[in-house]
Amino acid sequence: MDKVREAAMAARSKDVRNRWFLSAPALLVIFVAAVGPLFVMLLYSFMAKGDYGDVRFGEFSLDGWFSVFFQRDLFDDTFGLADAHIAIIWRSIKLSLSTTILTLTLGFPTAYFIAMRPARNREIWVFLVTIPFWTNLLIRTFAMQQVIRNEGLLNNALIWLGVIDSPIQIMYTDTANLLGMTYVYLPLMVLPLYASIERLDFRLVEAGYDLYATRLQVLRRIIIPIVKPGLIAGSILVFIPSLGAYVTPRVLGGGKNMMLGNLIEMQFGGGRNWPLGAAISITLMALVMIALLIYVRNASRNGGGHA
Amino acid sequence: MSATPSNAAIEIRGVSRIYGSGENRVTALSDVFVDIRENEFFTLLGPSGCGKTTLLRLIAGFDFPTKGEILLNGEDIAPLPPFKRPVNTVFQSYALFPHMTVEENISFGLEMLGKPKGEIKARTGEMLELVHMTAMRDRAVSQISGGQQQRVALARALAPKPEVLLLDEPLSALDYKLRKEMQFELKRVQSETGITFIFVTHDQEEALTMSDRIAVMSNGEVRQIGSAREIYDRPADRFVADFIGESNFLEGTITATGENSATVALAGGTTITAALPAGQKHSGNATVVVRPEHATLGKAGTGAFDGTLEEAVYFGTDTHFHIRLETGELFIVREQNRRGGGDDVPATGQRVSVHIGPEAAQILRD
Repeated sequence: MDKVREAAMAARSKDVRNRWFLSAPALLVIFVAAVGPLFVMLLYSFMAKGDYGDVRFGEFSLDGWFSVFFQRDLFDDTFGLADAHIAIIWRSIKLSLSTTILTLTLGFPTAYFIAMRPARNREIWVFLVTIPFWTNLLIRTFAMQQVIRNEGLLNNALIWLGVIDSPIQIMYTDTANLLGMTYVYLPLMVLPLYASIERLDFRLVEAGYDLYATRLQVLRRIIIPIVKPGLIAGSILVFIPSLGAYVTPRVLGGGKNMMLGNLIEMQFGGGRNWPLGAAISITLMALVMIALLIYVRNASRNGGGHA
Repeated sequence: MSATPSNAAIEIRGVSRIYGSGENRVTALSDVFVDIRENEFFTLLGPSGCGKTTLLRLIAGFDFPTKGEILLNGEDIAPLPPFKRPVNTVFQSYALFPHMTVEENISFGLEMLGKPKGEIKARTGEMLELVHMTAMRDRAVSQISGGQQQRVALARALAPKPEVLLLDEPLSALDYKLRKEMQFELKRVQSETGITFIFVTHDQEEALTMSDRIAVMSNGEVRQIGSAREIYDRPADRFVADFIGESNFLEGTITATGENSATVALAGGTTITAALPAGQKHSGNATVVVRPEHATLGKAGTGAFDGTLEEAVYFGTDTHFHIRLETGELFIVREQNRRGGGDDVPATGQRVSVHIGPEAAQILRD
């Protein structure tokens, strides 16, 4: 009996060793690519800033974190809220939420349209949606600039049609940021939404109509609850990169309409305040985490109740 | 076949449904006329692709006829969307809403009709009771068995008290035993609620055992409408005779006609008397149908015609005798087995005779 047990235990410990050995590559990637850099960031945010950028190693300081929300008055040495930072954080949240809502409004009908095509044509439509990804983000953003600038396509067309007399100032406003981000992130909304709508059993829609639901009621009571996972996935995929957007606000928003991404870049670049940059980065991550937690809690409350 | 308009719940008047155009044109239904009476268990029976499901979808409102009218209590409902028709459907795959409980599924239609809360609750409770699902009311539909899903689908469709209930092959996903149970269950529910049922199936046994009347369909046309007995005993044409039950077909020429019968000279040289239903032709070439169980075997030279017994297949309750006729055709006789009757079974290869009674043979419409 004992021999059997010993053999079983030996086999089990060998099994455990094998498991660790086989997952080593994955663990290595996770540590080197994800956990490691984040740890460096966290460390940097608690260090004193160097005079020409970088940090002074080993010198602990809370200045970086302090400066995320507060500022020291240059003349009387009193503290005040860092209005500029808070305005930028607030703008980032507002614009990201607006982008999510706008991409959802445009993306849902698009995804539904594609899912309703005959099976053999759907791939072509999905392919068309992904075409913008072939071009560099910066170039696409400059192209957007050509569309919305004062002498651009949009204003010229509106003037030619007689809708307006003089060009509308879109460039260097929050609207420019919103348009740019919506354009860039729309495919990220359409693809997961399409994946879920495509799997929707159309007979459920027929059953809804059969049971006296109007088109709007079928959408609200049947289609949306069933495709909710896709809706959530799309929203997360759009909201998170929107919050940290850098290129779009840089090119379209100009200096006055900075977002978190630009603020962070500034601290690592011209601002030469790496601890502050690191602290803002971690703040951004915290915002994303909070948003995700809210989503997950909502999803489990509404969807998980019956499942 | 002739229902007076007063007791017809649904009247299908010259309905056609044509898909596509030009070379891709497909006629799913062509010029169909059917009257379905109130409180009737009416079955649309036919092989797949015969148009029975298309007809059901036209009545439900998921599809619209290319031509013709669908009258519900005398009013044309063909142009109405499905949510404006007092007609509900039990889907082949049940199509229960996966994000709702059993109870929420059943109350959905009542909610959409804007019924008061109290009425919804009462009616839903009644429906749960009717299909014996009260104990499962809070379950998710993914947590109940196929047979239970079937019951929920039935309750969901009945809850809004439709004038007509449509059932699209509702039993095809169930195993044999459960199917038998549900057949009984459906009949019970139909007689308890008094709602007109239109049932679509390709299963002839299901159709014969459950229906008040059956419409046999093929290639988008209705071939015959009648009770199970009428359709089995007096098939209108060769398709119906072939599709429902087993049949022997004999080719011949009509030589003399009586009031309800005719004498037919068969290709093999012998003559038989066959029933001649009203409206069938009275001369020329004719096809005669004989059900295997309506013929009996006898000693060579004593019956309508002779043949060689090729095979005797024992089925427990009965035995099928395969007889090769002089014309080269195979004729099947089915005889019930009796206890201790094994001695007089003829040996294969032996010459036997087929006896066909005056009521057993019938002339078919071409």
